[in-house]
Amino acid sequence: MPALGGETLSLQPWRDLFAVPGILRSALLSLCTGLAATLISVILVILIVATFQGTRGFRRVERVLSPLLSVPHAAAAFGLAFLIAPSGWLSRLLSPWLTGWNAPPDLLIIHDTWGLTLIGGLVIKEVPFLLLMTIAALPQADASRTLAAAMTLGYGRVSGWCRTVLPRVYPQIRLPVYAVLAFSMSTVEVALILGPTTPATLAVRVTGWMRDPDLTLWFQAAAGAALQLALVLFAFLLWRFGETVIARLALMRIMAGHRGRSDWFPRAIALVSALAVSGAVFAGLVVLGIWSFAGFWRFPDALPQAFSLKTWMRSGDTLLSLVATGMGIAVASVVVALILVLYQLQQTTRLDGSPDRGQGMWLVYLPLILPQISFLLGLQILSVISGLDGTHFGVFVCHLMFVLPYVYLSLSDPWKALNPRLSTVAATLGSGPWRIFWRVRLPLMLTPILTAAAVGLAVSLGLYLPTLLIGAGRVTTLTTEAVALTAGGDRRLIGVYGLLQAILPFIGFGMALAVPRLVWRNRRAMEARQ
Amino acid sequence: MTSGGDLEFRDLTLTRDGQRLLALSVTVAPGETLSIMGPSGSGKSTLLAMATGTISPEFDTSGRIILGGRDITALPPQDRQVGILFQDDVLFPHLSVRGNLAFGLHPSVKGRKARMAAVDEALAGVGLAGFADRDPATLSGGQRARVALMRVLLSQPKALLLDEPFSKLDAGLRDQIRNLVFDHARAAGLPVVLVTHDPEDAKAAGGRVITVGG
Repeated sequence: MPALGGETLSLQPWRDLFAVPGILRSALLSLCTGLAATLISVILVILIVATFQGTRGFRRVERVLSPLLSVPHAAAAFGLAFLIAPSGWLSRLLSPWLTGWNAPPDLLIIHDTWGLTLIGGLVIKEVPFLLLMTIAALPQADASRTLAAAMTLGYGRVSGWCRTVLPRVYPQIRLPVYAVLAFSMSTVEVALILGPTTPATLAVRVTGWMRDPDLTLWFQAAAGAALQLALVLFAFLLWRFGETVIARLALMRIMAGHRGRSDWFPRAIALVSALAVSGAVFAGLVVLGIWSFAGFWRFPDALPQAFSLKTWMRSGDTLLSLVATGMGIAVASVVVALILVLYQLQQTTRLDGSPDRGQGMWLVYLPLILPQISFLLGLQILSVISGLDGTHFGVFVCHLMFVLPYVYLSLSDPWKALNPRLSTVAATLGSGPWRIFWRVRLPLMLTPILTAAAVGLAVSLGLYLPTLLIGAGRVTTLTTEAVALTAGGDRRLIGVYGLLQAILPFIGFGMALAVPRLVWRNRRAMEARQ
Repeated sequence: MTSGGDLEFRDLTLTRDGQRLLALSVTVAPGETLSIMGPSGSGKSTLLAMATGTISPEFDTSGRIILGGRDITALPPQDRQVGILFQDDVLFPHLSVRGNLAFGLHPSVKGRKARMAAVDEALAGVGLAGFADRDPATLSGGQRARVALMRVLLSQPKALLLDEPFSKLDAGLRDQIRNLVFDHARAAGLPVVLVTHDPEDAKAAGGRVITVGG
């Protein structure tokens, strides 16, 4: 980078990086909070699925937790902050009758030094994600018959599930688990809202350097981004090692035949955590909503003295333009992603309907399992060189990269599940491959396509770091502006931004549910598919 | 193995969406085999799921199930001591043959050596000595059926349920496995309930036959 005076290769950026005060603590914080959040999420998901699989309650758990998936990380984090802060809703509900507090207590709950609140904020978002991934993997693991076989051999529900279903489900959710690990270790928005500040986690500090007017900090930022990548790879190795050790130990326990028949304790944890996770996100959104309409609101009152539309009116014009920008970029990237993925699927499907093995498709997943900060720095520099930084097109290209893997994930399984004989019949009736695509496969895929679109929309609307870095402050969305409000601490405004941010993706999922019902209202076999 | 006592279905009914699928009241003595015949969809497999406690929630049931004088109707599956063989063997594909049998072997057999010996003895008993470390996926259908049988017997059940376990076997093999299962069940003194749509199965079982549905 000659423009910045860096004309030779040197270790100077690394020396600068390690000279930054508290950098090792930042790195350690990233590693530990990320591992802890992932471990807790995985354990809770295992307990929840083991406890509820095949019961009446299972559909209910699924229905309660799946909408949480579309809530952006930032909105969920704000909601949690508004719930558990010293002046938050929980403290208000319990004061003064239980706690005796007449003023908010002087406790460091948000931004706590150990990152415990950060871990909590990550867990409430990752549990719904991993849960739905696990549920999707159950049929392939022949879960219900396997669990029944284990239980008739005398095993308790949870211990039987962990010994027989888990070993078959886990390989299928490994990719999402590693994605959660990478995200948790390198998240910027959640760490900004909930995480420690003295020092902050590594990704937050690197982002700060990249946004600094002093461009020479970019060298140090690049070294930091590389360190982040190394940390994530190290965590992957650690996790992989843990998997192996646990598998070994588990096999020894299986050989010993311990039944674990009394499992009320893990089942109680599963029930409580499912309620706590959904409760935290929903209640958080409710408090965001209350704050956005709040007039004067004194501490320990549970509700404001008056409600007003003032905050909404005050920011109306700004909100409109932010929503327009965000939706424009989201819709564009989703449409292009759908076209690319469907084209790829169609091209790799042979005439008999059997899918080709998608070669090199793992490349698509890279943005999911690498820390965003590590490759966004490179992309930012590329965008500056190509003049795309700060343009809508640049941000759109970057969003497409993140939307694509989710759209591919949501579409490839339903596509492969299409009955191949339908295509065969269509072909023998004289249809060419593209006629089969338009007239048979595409209509049958309506529901998965809409779901994939809703997922892609939610992903794009929630993207913080890519928008921030490639947008360079000139392309702003609800998400970047909401996170930027953290510093100011205007709760009413945060309420407005957070609530709106959470509502937009819901609309997408609502349409994904409603449209197929309307279109297929006279097609019973299509209804059954949903 | 302990002889468990009678398996009694007392005034059982099975209903789905308000439609009565079957009603049954019968007692099976230790060593006896009761065959229940009926077309698919008649609820005969669901009856077994009711006995194992793994029935899916869309069914409504009433009546009591008593095993060896103990009312097991409300017990969770793991506490019922009711073993079952399914149409497919449901061997766990992530465990070796030894792992599958050790999984089933009752926890009262303690110590690594004793447990391994029990597994080896069981394998030898069905002509599969030396198969312990094999991957179940490499076994033939008949071999898998024998492993599944030994897995359930090693768990020391007090009753054995058979959910069309012979229907997927080749005709030549079917007789052989059928005799093996009935011989072992009789030797263990277990009350056996067989669900099938094959009259040959019921004939080989040699006990009472009840026809449901259709």
